[in-house]
Amino acid sequence: MSMSDPALSRQRTSLPQETLIFRAQAPLMTEGGVALGPLEIAYQTYGTLNAQKSNAVLICHALTGDQHVASINPVTSRPGWWETMVGPGRPIDTNRFFVICSNVIGGCMGSTGPASLNEATGQPYGLDFPVLTIADMVSAQAMLIDHLGIDSLFCVAGGSMGGMQVLQWAARFPARVFAAMPIATGARHSAQNIAFHEVGRQAVMADPDWQAGRYLENGTRPAKGLGVARMAAHITYLSENALQSKFGRKLQNRNARTFSFDADFQIESYLRYQGESFVERFDANSYLYLTRAMDYFDLAADHGGSLAEAFNGSQTRFCVVSFTSDWLFPTAESRSIIHALNAGGASVSFVEIDSDKGHDAFLLDVPDLFATTGGFINAAAKARGLEVTS
Amino acid sequence: MSQNVLPPPPATRIDLLLIAGLVAEKSRVLDVGCGDGSLLTLLRDQRGADARGIELSQAGVNSCVARGLSVIQGDADTDLAAYPDQAFDYAILSQTLQATRQPRKVLEDLLRIGKRVIISFPNFGHWRVRWQLGFSGHMPVTENMPHTWYDTPNIHFCTLRDFVNLTREIDARILSARAVKSSGAPMRMHAPWWFWNLFGEQAVFMLERGS
Repeated sequence: MSMSDPALSRQRTSLPQETLIFRAQAPLMTEGGVALGPLEIAYQTYGTLNAQKSNAVLICHALTGDQHVASINPVTSRPGWWETMVGPGRPIDTNRFFVICSNVIGGCMGSTGPASLNEATGQPYGLDFPVLTIADMVSAQAMLIDHLGIDSLFCVAGGSMGGMQVLQWAARFPARVFAAMPIATGARHSAQNIAFHEVGRQAVMADPDWQAGRYLENGTRPAKGLGVARMAAHITYLSENALQSKFGRKLQNRNARTFSFDADFQIESYLRYQGESFVERFDANSYLYLTRAMDYFDLAADHGGSLAEAFNGSQTRFCVVSFTSDWLFPTAESRSIIHALNAGGASVSFVEIDSDKGHDAFLLDVPDLFATTGGFINAAAKARGLEVTS
Repeated sequence: MSQNVLPPPPATRIDLLLIAGLVAEKSRVLDVGCGDGSLLTLLRDQRGADARGIELSQAGVNSCVARGLSVIQGDADTDLAAYPDQAFDYAILSQTLQATRQPRKVLEDLLRIGKRVIISFPNFGHWRVRWQLGFSGHMPVTENMPHTWYDTPNIHFCTLRDFVNLTREIDARILSARAVKSSGAPMRMHAPWWFWNLFGEQAVFMLERGS
């Protein structure tokens, strides 16, 4: 990596707004056997890479996340999606660590995805885009990390689909991952999770404006279908308690039922809003591809049916976190990960954090999450010989 | 930033020192019910151990993780089954046996996953306990067992003699046994069992699987 690389020259600006683009020299061979190229990866960096290049942290984003982990998102103008965890003085402290976050391939925030131009046809890929896996996302990230000249990452961290990438990184490149934090995730997608994703995909595909995936050329957008998909998925990110205490049976700006199918209840209005705002920022085909990648994830199956085999002999330090009210990735999923890690003799810490916020707890202000991960990061930094500040 | 400040190590308990003295240098150790990580820290820092733990409470796990220990939140009754045979040089159960639902199964699991098992527990046969139950007619509350009967986490008390009988039943070999007086000082080595059972407030055993 040359000193003129924008990732380094931009070190002193505290809040990077623009996205960096890495253009891979070679195509990526996907797990499905397709050579994907040209390949672009959009990413953000925060903090400064030290001379030994030993303080790099890779953050992996979830299904609808992006590279704007700790700075204003230019599309939504909202704060970065994990500013509670990543930033100056946060558990993943950008004053001490060089933080990298890239948009997954197949995504729609600048990395090559189904909305990108297919050079073979001169049209957006649409459904000609190859079906990707979590392993493919990690392969692309590894190309970016190579490009940045980093041999070994101090830490790879992420929640949900990001956590799947963390596990994939640790299984695939154990020597390149010093510490790993898979949060609110699983080593495979459960039948129930696949079922919810399938409902979402069918909602998108049932929208006539989807146009068999050719909506970009035809000037339409499957906003209704994608909105419904988001509404259904959003329920799975919350918990029954959280829904009950936040909305209950409260009515939306009215005193009585209207005897219609209007959004009488606050929860209906809330979900409609979630669906409508999501379609403003997300590409429907990306949603199909990324949910598919999660469905295909089964780390044990990739290792002869044994999850322990995936981590056998790993020297990586793991910190696994789950939340009590997360029914999308319940604690049992994390337990099967730690049992596999223990069976392989890996160094693993695990905590189940008490929270009623459901799966989304990992994105929210949950002090116990910061206490655990902050302690883990500090101890790992000490073991790595990195500066530990108080 | 407060979460970066490590908690000060608590005053070291006598039984922890006694256990640490049984652990060979540079061993692989699993402490089941490791609390805030005091023993694991001692073993790591003074014995160079590869120290791992299981702890039920989130606060305990947080304290351990902040100390750089590899500790998982879990339960001796349910989470030992996942560990492979002979995975550790020592499996330690310190002041936890009496709080497990199935002490016998826990002990058998420990003997399976540890080449050696070190176990400490309060002796229900201590004279003060016998006195409170026998003469005062109420469930004992002592310094070591400070809970009243209705709010105690300790559901499976045993005497030192009961424990020795259990080791015979599950075919465990006793490699060493120490009783600790209420002062915390170890009792002299060659006292007879009945004496230990009466005057030992706590016991520390080291076991291995019988042949």
